[in-house]
Amino acid sequence: MYIDPHAHMVSRTTDDYEAMAAAGVVALIEPAFWVGQPRTFVGTYVDYLSSLVGWERFRAGQFGIRHYCTIGLNSKEANNEALAEGVMEWLPRFAMKEGVVAIGEIGYDEQTPLEEKYFRAQLALAKELALPVMVHTPHRDKKRGTSRSMDVCEEMGLDPSWVVIDHNNEETVRETLDRGYWAGFSIYPSTKMGNARMVELLRHYGGDRIIVDSACDWGISDCLGVAKTARLALASGIDAQVVRQVTYANALCVYGKSGQIHESDWLDPPEIDQRTLYEGNSILRGGREPRIEHPRQAADDLLID
Amino acid sequence: MTEPLHSRATTALSPSAADLLCRWVVRQAAAQETWFLDALERLQTSADERALHLFLGQVPRRLGKADLELTPQDLTAAHTVLPGWSPLGWSLDGAARVAGLLTFRGQRPFAALFEDLVRTADARELITLYRGLSFYPEPASLSTLVGAGLRSNMRAVFEAIAHGNPYPRDHFDLHRWNHMVLKALFIGSRLAPIVGIDQRNNPELARILLDYADERWAAGRVVTPELWRCVGPCADALGAYAALQRALTGSPAERLAAGLALSQTDTPSARHLLTSVPETAALIGTGRVGWSNLHHYEAI
Repeated sequence: MYIDPHAHMVSRTTDDYEAMAAAGVVALIEPAFWVGQPRTFVGTYVDYLSSLVGWERFRAGQFGIRHYCTIGLNSKEANNEALAEGVMEWLPRFAMKEGVVAIGEIGYDEQTPLEEKYFRAQLALAKELALPVMVHTPHRDKKRGTSRSMDVCEEMGLDPSWVVIDHNNEETVRETLDRGYWAGFSIYPSTKMGNARMVELLRHYGGDRIIVDSACDWGISDCLGVAKTARLALASGIDAQVVRQVTYANALCVYGKSGQIHESDWLDPPEIDQRTLYEGNSILRGGREPRIEHPRQAADDLLID
Repeated sequence: MTEPLHSRATTALSPSAADLLCRWVVRQAAAQETWFLDALERLQTSADERALHLFLGQVPRRLGKADLELTPQDLTAAHTVLPGWSPLGWSLDGAARVAGLLTFRGQRPFAALFEDLVRTADARELITLYRGLSFYPEPASLSTLVGAGLRSNMRAVFEAIAHGNPYPRDHFDLHRWNHMVLKALFIGSRLAPIVGIDQRNNPELARILLDYADERWAAGRVVTPELWRCVGPCADALGAYAALQRALTGSPAERLAAGLALSQTDTPSARHLLTSVPETAALIGTGRVGWSNLHHYEAI
């Protein structure tokens, strides 16, 4: 049973939902992000946020996966001041929606003054609404950007135990953990973290406050990042308890502070599904482990009914 | 002058939908009763949309998301307020949200407020917003937004409009009505919970559905048994007997559905067809099979 606490499903097909469910993913968190092309109207951003709390939640439910999200203005689009100002006005309303487990992903891209301005504004919002924060750390000048992200969180008076610093690597993890934050790792080919490296990190650091996610999106990425890392870690002799922490329990713990994600959501879903939009997974009722199946090999099927 | 809110929970004489919802919520609200009633009071007097947004966001956090507990008397009361309205399947938070929306006195036309709420709604809110359609001020002004809701790919959102909701019966034009019924079949939703399904039946719908059945059969797909309910009354004019005869050879539910449709069509051809399936006719004759329980016979 896994949680993928960072997956941009808006960019993925139903095949991926199917594969994730079959691999044992019971819940996922979709952070609001940059969709690959800048939005230039506030309205398109608003509709995107609506889709995270509406349509995408329904789509995930069709495959027995519980969908949560984080709401925020990402760092790239924070550089369009007119857009950013407009989006900031809408954020409080979205942050109060059902299943919104954090403000995120927010932080730095190029570490510009505008990025800084809206990062701070959103940290203040998270504090005001008592929501956890998911921080995206920059790809370039990463180590300094990560330290600076934590400096700003502290300056804004956030409790590090409410903040996930995501996209860590070998260079950033020590400081992140030492300063009391949760350390997210995105198992993302080429640019972020590989799962063999992740296993070594788990061997070294154990499972406390470490969170594994796939960050799967519109790029070359793998929606099974969490499940594959769990399997590799177990096969490499990492303690099962550690694997459970980093692929399930830790994410539940930190994002659970929002009051919007509960284990019972998937272990004991309500009977009336018209409201929950959840097709449900009767195997999960009563807290049993999900059956691991091989996803339908759609690509190999000659017949299309 | 408006009636004080606190008396709403106890008022007995011809209550409104808001009164009923308020009464049901209060009954289940336990320690949150005061919060809920105070919030309604503010919504009625403040005209502040921010207060409404805050209320809508806080309701599930305060009251929880349990099913609304309803007695048979409550259902009768709902029916008295508006024939066909079924609050079965409503949740506590849903009832409270609609009660709040009905209590709110804003400055903009309701349709503008509603559009804004729909635009930013999460999935559960969308369902709630549409369930209350019949009771909002100037319900006819919501037509465009209702159209958008019907086009939703979220089945539960569609059903919030189509099922147990008198709004379509009372406000849809023929075209929208027919396409709602057709879409219900398309997405595997049931027709029986559609309020006014028989009253609003029409020859155009029957023709569309008969074509749809032929299309399904041509593709080697099954035809939803409930479809025959709408075709039956127009069977003669449409020349639908061949299709009904084919349905009489289908699954148990299909046979019963075709039989029901024929038994409600008092023509010589219908009577003749029914006599050709004595078992089905006999089962229908017991009066135990109806459109509302047809789906129980699918696996027989």
